[in-house]
Amino acid sequence: MATIDTVREVLVENLDLDPEAITEEATIESLGIDSLDMAELTCEIEERCDIDFGEPAGLATIGDIVAHIDSLQ
Amino acid sequence: MESMETKGVALVTGSGRGIGLACARELARRGFDVCLNCSSAVSLERTAGAAEAIAQEFGVRAHAVAADVSDADAAKAMVDEAVQTLGRLDVLVNNAGITRDGLIARMNPEDFDAVVDVNLNGTFNCCKAAAKVMMKQRSGRIINMSSVVGVAGNAGQVNYAASKAGVIGITKSLAKELARRSITVNAVAPGFISTDMTDALTEEQREAIAGRIGLGRFGEAEDVAALVGFLASPEAAYITGQVISVDGGLAI
Repeated sequence: MATIDTVREVLVENLDLDPEAITEEATIESLGIDSLDMAELTCEIEERCDIDFGEPAGLATIGDIVAHIDSLQ
Repeated sequence: MESMETKGVALVTGSGRGIGLACARELARRGFDVCLNCSSAVSLERTAGAAEAIAQEFGVRAHAVAADVSDADAAKAMVDEAVQTLGRLDVLVNNAGITRDGLIARMNPEDFDAVVDVNLNGTFNCCKAAAKVMMKQRSGRIINMSSVVGVAGNAGQVNYAASKAGVIGITKSLAKELARRSITVNAVAPGFISTDMTDALTEEQREAIAGRIGLGRFGEAEDVAALVGFLASPEAAYITGQVISVDGGLAI
């Protein structure tokens, strides 16, 4: 599964977001993802992708999250 | 037995006896399916027996898991087992606790660490595992067993007091973290309650303590369980981040 699809699946499952809205360009802020949501997303991603997400700075878009995950795999 | 009218699922750590068992019984009386926990396989048979008795008496489902809550992996596995067996997790009561009393001059670091490991780290481990489940559910109640000793201190219990004061810190911080997910987190601070733990006191000590309690007597495990039952109820939905004492007026 492509990373963007994993991220989309996790966000839809956990936050009831519209899958159509979750694009590489969409910003975390525009999707209404808060710090608690991010923590939840990070935990899920770490489990599914078997990575240590770490504490990256400057993640603004879904694309940034995808790129960060890909850099760890 | 399968209950169609369950109020949800409650996990009570350290519930093979004492306050924990009373809490499990009270939550079952209120209609919760309950998962009991004891620290080791040695006491699992007795705890499983208690679970079976609760299931029969209150017509709820009850399950027992042996897990040392001071072990993060074991705590997570316990929460997972509760969810897998009973379907969800609505209430976590962090009750598992130990004492290793002694004046500081004679308290070795191992005694300090052992108490903090179970009482404080164990609470953290279970909160972490349960929070993940409850965050997804967008609801939950976490009730942490602190102590009057964590509020007011007690000579001979620096380890226990530190762990129970720490539990209050966890409670208040976690209440702030999880409020947005409709998860409440509160602490209960029992005073001196008649349990195996306080049975270890000498008669002289018991009398001296009772003299400092406003109501003049030790409390019963059911006195604490009644508050835990209330905090798990719909009526307590707007209470979070609080430390509520059940101490007969000891710490006024």
